[in-house]
Amino acid sequence: MPEPLYEPDTAISAGGAGGATDFAVDEGETLEKRPDGGPQGAGPGKPRSLWSDAWRDLRRNPVFIVSGLVIAFLVVISLWPSLIASGNPLQCDLARAQEGSQPGHPFGFDGQGCDVYTRTVYGARTSVTVGVCATLGVALLGSVLGGLAGFFGGGWDALLSRITDVFFGIPVVLGGLVFLSVVTSTTVWPVIGFIVLLGWPQIARIARGSVITAKQNDYVQAARALGASNARMLLRHVTPNAVAPVIVVATIALGTYISLEATLSYLGVGLKPPTVSWGIDLSAASPYVRNAPHMLLWPAGALAVTVLAFIMLGDAVRDALDPKLR
Amino acid sequence: MRGAALAQWTACAVAVALAATACGGGDNGGGASGVVRSSWGDPANPLEPANTNEVQGGKVLDMLFRGLKRYDPKTGEAKDMLAEKIVTTDSRDFTVTVKDGWTFSNGEKVTAKSFVDAWNYGAHLENNQRNAYFFGYIEGYDKVHPEKGRATADTLSGLRVKDARTFTVRLTQKFSTWPETLGYAAFAPLPRAFFDDHDAWLAKPVGNGPYTVESYARGSQMTMRKWGEYPGPDKARNGGVDLQVFTDNNTAYTALTAGNLDLVDDVPASQLKNVRADLGDRYINSPAGIIQTLAFPYYDDRWNADGMEKVRKGLSMAINRQQITETIFQRTRTPAKDWTSPVLAAEGGFDDALCGEACEFKPAEAKKLVAEGGGIPGGTLKITFNADTGSHREWVDAVCNSINNALGNDRACTGNPVGTFADFRSQITDRKMTGPFRAGWQMDYPLVQNFLQPLYYTNASSNDGKWTNEEFDGLIDEANAESDPVKAVEKFKAAEKVARDQMAAIPLWYQNGSAGYSDRISNVALNPFSVPVYNEITVN
Amino acid sequence: MGRYVIRRLLQMIPVFFGATLLIFLMVNVMGDPVAGLCGDRECDPATAARLRAEFGLDQPVWQQYATYMGNVFSGDFGTAFNGQRVTELMAGAFPVTIRLTLVAIVFEIVIGISLGVLTGLRRGRPVDTGVLLMTLVVISIPTFVTGLLLQLLLGVKWGLVKPAVSSAATVDELLVPGLVLASVSLAYVTRLTRTSVAENSRADYVRTAVAKGLPRRRVVSRHLLRNSLIPVVTFIGTDVGALMGGAIVTERIFNIHGVGYQLYQGILRQSSQTVVGFVTVLVLVFLLANLLVDILYAVLDPRIRYA
Repeated sequence: MPEPLYEPDTAISAGGAGGATDFAVDEGETLEKRPDGGPQGAGPGKPRSLWSDAWRDLRRNPVFIVSGLVIAFLVVISLWPSLIASGNPLQCDLARAQEGSQPGHPFGFDGQGCDVYTRTVYGARTSVTVGVCATLGVALLGSVLGGLAGFFGGGWDALLSRITDVFFGIPVVLGGLVFLSVVTSTTVWPVIGFIVLLGWPQIARIARGSVITAKQNDYVQAARALGASNARMLLRHVTPNAVAPVIVVATIALGTYISLEATLSYLGVGLKPPTVSWGIDLSAASPYVRNAPHMLLWPAGALAVTVLAFIMLGDAVRDALDPKLR
Repeated sequence: MRGAALAQWTACAVAVALAATACGGGDNGGGASGVVRSSWGDPANPLEPANTNEVQGGKVLDMLFRGLKRYDPKTGEAKDMLAEKIVTTDSRDFTVTVKDGWTFSNGEKVTAKSFVDAWNYGAHLENNQRNAYFFGYIEGYDKVHPEKGRATADTLSGLRVKDARTFTVRLTQKFSTWPETLGYAAFAPLPRAFFDDHDAWLAKPVGNGPYTVESYARGSQMTMRKWGEYPGPDKARNGGVDLQVFTDNNTAYTALTAGNLDLVDDVPASQLKNVRADLGDRYINSPAGIIQTLAFPYYDDRWNADGMEKVRKGLSMAINRQQITETIFQRTRTPAKDWTSPVLAAEGGFDDALCGEACEFKPAEAKKLVAEGGGIPGGTLKITFNADTGSHREWVDAVCNSINNALGNDRACTGNPVGTFADFRSQITDRKMTGPFRAGWQMDYPLVQNFLQPLYYTNASSNDGKWTNEEFDGLIDEANAESDPVKAVEKFKAAEKVARDQMAAIPLWYQNGSAGYSDRISNVALNPFSVPVYNEITVN
Repeated sequence: MGRYVIRRLLQMIPVFFGATLLIFLMVNVMGDPVAGLCGDRECDPATAARLRAEFGLDQPVWQQYATYMGNVFSGDFGTAFNGQRVTELMAGAFPVTIRLTLVAIVFEIVIGISLGVLTGLRRGRPVDTGVLLMTLVVISIPTFVTGLLLQLLLGVKWGLVKPAVSSAATVDELLVPGLVLASVSLAYVTRLTRTSVAENSRADYVRTAVAKGLPRRRVVSRHLLRNSLIPVVTFIGTDVGALMGGAIVTERIFNIHGVGYQLYQGILRQSSQTVVGFVTVLVLVFLLANLLVDILYAVLDPRIRYA
């Protein structure tokens, strides 16, 4: 069984969560803009919880505030789409198929003659739910399992890693046809469950790799030497140092999961008609991109804004958790 | 600088990748002189005549074989090819005389035995031929191909070789137009090589048509060359055809516009708006013997109840066929006006007034009829289709939107996709449908019989909805026994009217063949089966 | 290290059995494939029964699996429904897909890591924002569309490449499909590298290196990059699967008769022989890829040791 053994690295001086000034690479150019003029570290004098520190940082970070506002807006229109769209997304007139922008219909019409603006607004509910819930599920399951495997190593790691090997081998199409075609529910939950089922191994591998690296750090070893419990080491020292890659992958995956939902729908096993979602509209518009790109651009734009908001949020959270920034 | 190191490293990585993998080679494309490069799809089944039931395998068989009859590429009329004469006195016993002078491309003579052996092979249960049922009209079929258990005979008792050029056929029932079914590929003759070394034949098929197979790389390309000594009248007018397998018809179309391909016989719907700009007049849109319908599950009592014919008629009248065929299909479909196909022509049984107002878009009346008939069973109409082949989703959505608009309820109709064609078919076979479902019919031979009997006769092979009607069955039987073709057609139309009054299935549209070609070739046409007439194509 | 590798290779045996059984059952659950073999009409019951017998579908599942595994060990992976040997299909598909995957991975490594280092060192600058926007475009526009547009522009409008890959599928023909295939993964690799680089650029050893007066290039390549690559390497390892088995869209658009295409056809036709054969080989490939990744951990971070 793989047992990553600890080897103290004498070349590196003991570091830690102490206050630090930025590292300048050339001509005094700072590599990193500090998010704010925050406190010069928690200092050894009065330890504050890492997590409350993070929250303090976040609240002052404009990136966090902007992305938070965008996400709040998405949540609001997911809950009450009629606030900003008065039409009916299922009311379509084939005579107007593929028509462009015109008064009252700013985004034009799709291939079935449905109003693209209304459908984009109404599609938010499904797409944001699928994206966010699937990402949360994948990230939680993947990082817990992967993190534990990486931290403890040994037999559990071997078992988990071989399970992920098998899971990577299951083609999404086959999995979808097998697991989803038996489901009769018309809600988004089977689709989310399916994405979590096939998605977790990737995050698990990423988390495992990060944890294997993070636990080599001197301060973790120091904590271990001081008799810290596994739980404390994991939460306090390893997680903050291992979480960044998970956040990066998860925030991008959010976008791909929204598209994956459409792939499943097109296979006939995803959400059943007449569900409205960005993914479904994207797939339907794709073949016609040469003639009517507007049908594609609006749902794609909505997807891009959503992903951007979550990438920014992820960046802000990661910065806030990075002890080297304090 | 950092960039330089990176570039160095990049070059190295690329070199390694190339060295490790650059093992391909060989030229492809280019196009030998006088050779037509045509798009193809991987045949679903082994390339045996009685085992090929889809158009991709059909293309090859059409170049490789000539049967007793051949359907005229323009009119669809069954004309004698290898048959010198087929005579009958009672519409049941036929005597077939094969023309002299025909050989297979390996030199073997085509004799009466070549046909009889081929048909016995095609009919026999143990050869697993998908189209065995084509021989079902021949006496003795129930012995070589029983519904259960093992075959009790090796050959069809209805087939007798008289001499080298003559054989007789006895059918189980009267079937006056039977000789006209003989243009179908399943009835092709087979050389001895087919039986003696079957695997070798499958790897490189040998036939008696205007082309020979030069090489066959399964799943990627079949190279067919003109057979110089072909004895028939329809010699190839080009040097050969390279059939190239494409993963997607859109890719094939793009290759055509880039000049890497000469002929695409399946232009994707999404490109139809561009064909004028891309190809000018090198685009064909001609009628084919294909009709799309919506079938209903008559084994479900809710759909079989009295008054339901009104609901079905109402639904038919709620579909704006004109608009859907124009917008979704860019006129590559024609709104259906009966249950057959325009390729039959009026004398063959096509009648564009037969369906009448039941196939016209009348939303107000549609709503009334659906209400009178008791409404849609279950409240929601779910149109089941398979999502993996063809782009059915678009027209199903359009049909549903049309019905929803007519009925004034945006949830009256929804599509119900099924993941795979196999699953779709097994749900039909297992009688699990609960609402209308996609039904398409591509004719086997251009006879009105072929559009009615297999689809609506009680327990017929493609009667997917299990519709049954004694009056209809009786009229079909009478029509088959009728020896006067004109009277037979009238009887078939009478039967079709019964199906209309019950709205056995909702006819949607007739499908056209749709093909584009390069400026390298001319004289391109599609036959009524939407297969290109390869032997007529000339290379500029 | 040697013993560790041998142990990992031995683990392939249970994984091989587990994967084949799992996939075999999954294809079986999909139902009866024979119904789809007769086109738009019902197979007559006798022929259907014969076909079931021909493909062994009339036996209980466990017996089908046992027969299948027995054949596999004698090198027979069975036959697809069109009569083609699965080994023949694999021999045609795997070399093409391996070439395509290598092209894609080279793109990921070269472009992804370069952009990642660049943006990681220039966080918040215009180049960072520009790359972020490109990332968003790649994620929100379906691969189908990027592939289609590239094919149209490069293949038809400018005539630089052939839009459809020939059956030889040489590396130069696979450059454009490889780029399309790599595009989404590029977004991941870039963002992962960027984050790691940004994080590690504040680490003590980097500051120490700079303080020692090492040239910037050396600091970046020796100290910064090496320690930033673990998540990136992990990701690329997991991505091999998506690239090899899941290139359905890319392979279709560019007419590549590779693993993704054949596997997709096999799944739609519910051909367990095709699917199990292909997936089994894929699982073994992932196993090797992940082993390679774990070994690379130890190379990149000498503190990680395997016993």
